[in-house]
Amino acid sequence: MIKSIIKYIKEVLGGLKSLLKGMRVTGYYISHPKEIITQQYPENKDTLKMFDRFRGEVILLHDENNEHRCTGCTACEVACPNGSIEIISERVLNPETGKKKKEIDKFIYHLSMCTMCNLCIESCPTDAIKMGRNFEHAVFDRSLLTSVLNRPGSKLAPGVED
Amino acid sequence: MSTEVVNEIKEQEYFINMGPQHPSTHGVLRLLLSLDGEIIKNVEPHLGYIHRSIEKMCEKDTYKMIVHLTDRMDYLSCHMNNEAVCLAVEKGIELEVSDRVKVIRTIMSELTRLSSHQLWWGVMGMDLGAITSFLYGFRDREMIIDIFEETCGARLTMNYNVPGGVMFDIPNNFQKRVKEFIIYFKKKLPEYDDLLSNNVIFKARTEGVGILSKEDAISYGVTGPSGRASGFSCDIRKQHPYSAYDRVDFKEILYSEGDCFARYKARIDEMWESMFIIEQLIDNIPEGSARETTRAVIKLPKGEFYQKVETARGEFGVYIISDGKKSPYRLKFRSPGFSTLNALNTMAKGSKIADLVAIMSTIDLVIPDIDR
Amino acid sequence: MKFDIYDFSVLTKSIHESLNSMMGETAVMISEMVIVGIIFLTLFAVLGLILVYVERKICAFFQQRLGPMRVGFWGTAQTLADLIKLLLKEPLITKNADKFLFNLAPFVLIIASFMAMAAIPFAKGLHAFDIDIGVFYITAISSIGVVGVLLAGWASNNKYSLIGAMRSGAQIISYELSVGLSLLTIIVLTGSLQFSEIIESQREGWWIFRGHIPALIAFIIFLIASTAETNRGPFDLAEAESELTAGFHTEYSGMKFAFFFLAEFINMFIVAAIGATVFLGGWMPLHFGALESFNAIMDFIPPIFWFFGKTAFIIFLMMWFKWTFPRLRIDQLLTLEWKYLLPINLINILVMAFFVLMGWYF
Ligand code: SF4
Ligand code: SF4
Repeated sequence: MIKSIIKYIKEVLGGLKSLLKGMRVTGYYISHPKEIITQQYPENKDTLKMFDRFRGEVILLHDENNEHRCTGCTACEVACPNGSIEIISERVLNPETGKKKKEIDKFIYHLSMCTMCNLCIESCPTDAIKMGRNFEHAVFDRSLLTSVLNRPGSKLAPGVED
Repeated sequence: MSTEVVNEIKEQEYFINMGPQHPSTHGVLRLLLSLDGEIIKNVEPHLGYIHRSIEKMCEKDTYKMIVHLTDRMDYLSCHMNNEAVCLAVEKGIELEVSDRVKVIRTIMSELTRLSSHQLWWGVMGMDLGAITSFLYGFRDREMIIDIFEETCGARLTMNYNVPGGVMFDIPNNFQKRVKEFIIYFKKKLPEYDDLLSNNVIFKARTEGVGILSKEDAISYGVTGPSGRASGFSCDIRKQHPYSAYDRVDFKEILYSEGDCFARYKARIDEMWESMFIIEQLIDNIPEGSARETTRAVIKLPKGEFYQKVETARGEFGVYIISDGKKSPYRLKFRSPGFSTLNALNTMAKGSKIADLVAIMSTIDLVIPDIDR
Repeated sequence: MKFDIYDFSVLTKSIHESLNSMMGETAVMISEMVIVGIIFLTLFAVLGLILVYVERKICAFFQQRLGPMRVGFWGTAQTLADLIKLLLKEPLITKNADKFLFNLAPFVLIIASFMAMAAIPFAKGLHAFDIDIGVFYITAISSIGVVGVLLAGWASNNKYSLIGAMRSGAQIISYELSVGLSLLTIIVLTGSLQFSEIIESQREGWWIFRGHIPALIAFIIFLIASTAETNRGPFDLAEAESELTAGFHTEYSGMKFAFFFLAEFINMFIVAAIGATVFLGGWMPLHFGALESFNAIMDFIPPIFWFFGKTAFIIFLMMWFKWTFPRLRIDQLLTLEWKYLLPINLINILVMAFFVLMGWYF
């Protein structure tokens, strides 16, 4: 009888102690506002830098002369698991040599289907494409997610094909 | 009322649809409960709400593409899923990866396991009504996710493994950051105990609830921490070591109770073990290439290849039947969650609705893993 | 008298007299009732808004977050914005719901807390309804609220709601006992059920200090039981969002949902106010017997601040509980009441009575 009463009291006190321990943990955080970890997103835009390897979107690199390195070999199109890349190329006559040469007309990229798997970047023999670090992709219309990556008037950088 | 009517009412079962949209099914799982007051008489899981036919998709994809699909199954142990496919493919083309790759893969796997268990801990608290733990779990997970982001560019669907190695070599400050994390998390993990493990209410909610016997665990194929909490020794890392697990020293966590609390403790202890494994490896990552060159389109020889790994939820297997082409003839995944879910009825019968929630969170289901 | 400067009865008396000089007795009575009603309605709304904001902020700080930050300075206008949103929402009623009871339920709940609020003494002379059985009145009125919960659960014709309502019925009926008995422990000391007298008896010191051990135990029991009675975590089984989606108010939307929400917060305020009044001396300033100058400084703080400060302290404790502990299961909830709180409480009353008999309190 006495034993069970002692056990009962121990149970109650032990229980209370464990509850207080839990309250100590939360109490610590409320009394240390410095520990707050959330960030205010649009306000911290200037300081928010994604890591170099961050995979946000596929971009086609252009240099200052509006030249890119894509030869239109479609290796990336083949490597893509879900058909996010479409290369439309055409044969243009080169006035200097007089030969017909393949050149990309449109490098179409469907962001809505892309899984950011990096396989296209890996497969590109000329390192023409890269993963961009932009992550703010929200738009109001789905069609806006499809874009042509080669800029108007851009052409293949010389020396890439050699 | 006439006796007939009374009897008819007695015979009618009280059905409740838990899900497909329900806060504690953690995804689109539908459970059909038949109740007697608050007591559960039967649980019937209904699947198919998030089926994406990943296995079928794999049959048209090349082996390199298959890897990134496995991210979408058990997204909390995506690295291990990737690894399983890569190991199976490497087996097929008889490629031996360098030691460096093996060690990196092991460290990343353990980090993934830690992050998965942290999230599970947070969600477990939330399911039992202690919402604060959810935020604390995410807080600690954030550090690992940041390491992942720096290493492979993605936070959740990492796609870091490729057949032949890893996609990128580790960044320069990888070791420093991982060590910082280990120091930090060793301080935070005891907090988990204070907040939940030792709490009387928590103990009362989990101890003796949802018992799964060892025999049942084996016959249902419940693996991972849930199986080991029932005394079923099933750690693939110990029994069929892959990557660098043969060169590290760690304990296989075994409990014999098989109740919710044992499953909970098994995971908490696994977090300590994971940190222990990482500590052994982090300082001696051997030099070597981080990626062997493979053919642009990998073709597996005719035959069958199987590889299993230990994910955060248990045994994950990849079974490839190849007919020598660039995509598999048939590919089958053995996902841990599917087997564990089958044991739910055995565990939950006779307990209360609130217990079902506790059971559901201690078996740690990820629905896309069950419903591929 | 020391606190005369803060005595509100001077103000109320002058209003009463000026009204008397203007009109007849019945008209005075009616107009006073209207004035008091309007004041309470405003107080009700303002308290609700403040409490919701405070709860969200405090919860955020417990969880290392910042909480609402967008609307107004540090998100202070957030609850107002939410209120406007709720007002503009379409009031949905499920097809097979019992429409009359469904619409009635939130009002039962809110009227119960409204009536309980009347008996709370806010400051000296600021007391709408100083009934001589105040404590009894409040415990009686506050249990009417459960009728609203039961109605809501039954009328919405949803299985989750029904389970939630049944749980809350069982819960409130059990915990009423503990709330009543823990208050009774202090009544043994005061010898009166009237709030103004209970406060007056604490002029020398608050009962929680003067009654030492038994009073402390009673206070802890009161805290636990009153948290349970207001359906707040860790006793929020009636809602239990991870089990029953939202329990008894699953089917409610718009303003009717807001009523449930508001009633929860007001009930929390009411129990905290009762706790503050009975255990912590209500609007009485903190006094220590011998320290004259200290007492004088304390007297300088207006009683209304004392009252709200103490209430806020208890509310903070209740929030601390909610954001730390896991939820209990229904059978454990009843075990806690019948196996732990009730026996401890009964013994505690006996001990207290013995102490009073022997004069072992300060
Ligand atoms: S990242 Fe992957 S999915 Fe996206 S375009 Fe490249 S290959 Fe296709
Ligand atoms: S981006 Fe690279 S892989 Fe793709 S078409 Fe151009 S050159 Fe070929």
